[in-house]
Amino acid sequence: MADQATYNYKVVRQFSIMAIVWGIVGMTVGVYIAAELAWPFLNFDIPYLSFGRLRPLHTNAVIFAFGGSVLFATSYYVVQRTCHTRLFGGGLAAFTFWGWQLVIVLAALSFPLGITSSKEYAELEWPIDILITVIWVVYAVVFFGTIMKRKTPHIYVANWFYGAFIITIAVLHIFNNLEIPVSLTKSYSVYAGVQDAMVQWWYGHNAVGFFLTAGFLGMMYYFVPKQAGRPVYSYRLSIVHFWALVFTYIWAGPHHLHYTALPDWTQSLGMVMSLILLAPSWGGMINGIMTLSGAWEKLRSDPVIRFMIVSLSFYGMSTFEGPMMAIKTVNALSHYTDWTVGHVHSGALGWVAMVSMGSLYYMIPRLFNKEMYSMKLIEIHFWLATIGVLLYISSMWVSGIMQGLMWRAVNADGTLTYSFIESVEAMHPFYVIRMLGGLLFLAGMCIMALNVWRTVAGSEPQEAKIPEPVLAH
Amino acid sequence: MEQFYAVFQSIWTVLVMVMFLGIIAWAWSGSNKKAFDEAAHLPFDDEDEFKAKASVKENNHV
Repeated sequence: MADQATYNYKVVRQFSIMAIVWGIVGMTVGVYIAAELAWPFLNFDIPYLSFGRLRPLHTNAVIFAFGGSVLFATSYYVVQRTCHTRLFGGGLAAFTFWGWQLVIVLAALSFPLGITSSKEYAELEWPIDILITVIWVVYAVVFFGTIMKRKTPHIYVANWFYGAFIITIAVLHIFNNLEIPVSLTKSYSVYAGVQDAMVQWWYGHNAVGFFLTAGFLGMMYYFVPKQAGRPVYSYRLSIVHFWALVFTYIWAGPHHLHYTALPDWTQSLGMVMSLILLAPSWGGMINGIMTLSGAWEKLRSDPVIRFMIVSLSFYGMSTFEGPMMAIKTVNALSHYTDWTVGHVHSGALGWVAMVSMGSLYYMIPRLFNKEMYSMKLIEIHFWLATIGVLLYISSMWVSGIMQGLMWRAVNADGTLTYSFIESVEAMHPFYVIRMLGGLLFLAGMCIMALNVWRTVAGSEPQEAKIPEPVLAH
Repeated sequence: MEQFYAVFQSIWTVLVMVMFLGIIAWAWSGSNKKAFDEAAHLPFDDEDEFKAKASVKENNHV
């Protein structure tokens, strides 16, 4: 078959374009609900626009629609190019694309209607959960099938990370969503009480660890070396990084449940494992950044590599902040405040979104066989994104710590110094700054869409030929 | 039962530690160096058709 002589770029192109579309949708909803917090009248008393319904739409759109599409696109690209073979399974890859888009559309319809299982980041109801499971199994078949028929003797480290992400997400998704349906749109979890909470945050934190970290580290291990033009700093470190990260992450979930009904020893275990997690996280970050050693001048001239390296800096920052916040005494101050929200966004915007943008800017010219329309616009996007994240996280630091301090302040006679509403009032200016930061980040994303649109328009994408492996050295 | 559990936990902790040190030893052992170097070069073992095209264009200009 002549078909087998080329890479399957079609599915990568489809996922890449949809990543940008869903990124804009998800971030627009994010900016809107940020504005609702600053100016509550913006829900106009319409239930479909209320914060409680739009918030899961925002989180699911940015994580699973934007992040998911980038993960599908890059994993399909990287696994083909490092295995020197076309994607396994013919039409199965196309099935994952259309299936995933269907899931996203169903999510976008069900959340505003108030259909939810109410588990954070797993709000989708049971029929959609089953659809996701089917798509995910097919995704695993395509990915691991491609690895099985590889023409290269080794499995490149990026594929190890993608593989761990695919397997772990399957396990997490199935076990956290075990539920008893009572109607087409309502189900109840099989777990109850503190077990339910523990399973939920075992899922929740590993969604961060494997969906939002392992897969994106796969991108780091392929696209940073490619864009820098030199192999990864230390392949040995990458192996230790992989196993240490995979073994440690799975235990960190209980730090979401400090000072709750969760047994004390479980909380302490979660705290200790979260602290240990600093080592593999920073090992990986250093491995990525040091890949550029000897080519630092590229940071000045190449906005794409700048996206990647700055994303790694944010990764280092948020993986330092995370273990620190997992310490019980720090958590006593930070939990339930905006500090958590800021921490999540320094990871999600600074690390996940920015490494995705760098990877997309690397792939799109190759997928469409055309130079990017404008390097200047990539430069502008970079600065809008960076300033946007910084405004977001610094406003949330101030607001979060202030909230925590106001809530715990007591008078000499033991009564609370501030009422809850006083802390809400004090947060208002920071909510406005956060909204502006988000708006800048969204503006950058729109500029990316414009740039990509001008690049893709009139392009003549060709299926790239699969080269013979060059393993003579 | 509880005593058994404590012993099991201690053994498990040691086992995991040994496993981790084993991975480090394996990663840094000299016999794997060649294989790892090959693996590290995998992203560069296929020709970047895009760069190839760009350099052809440059050549045409000269």
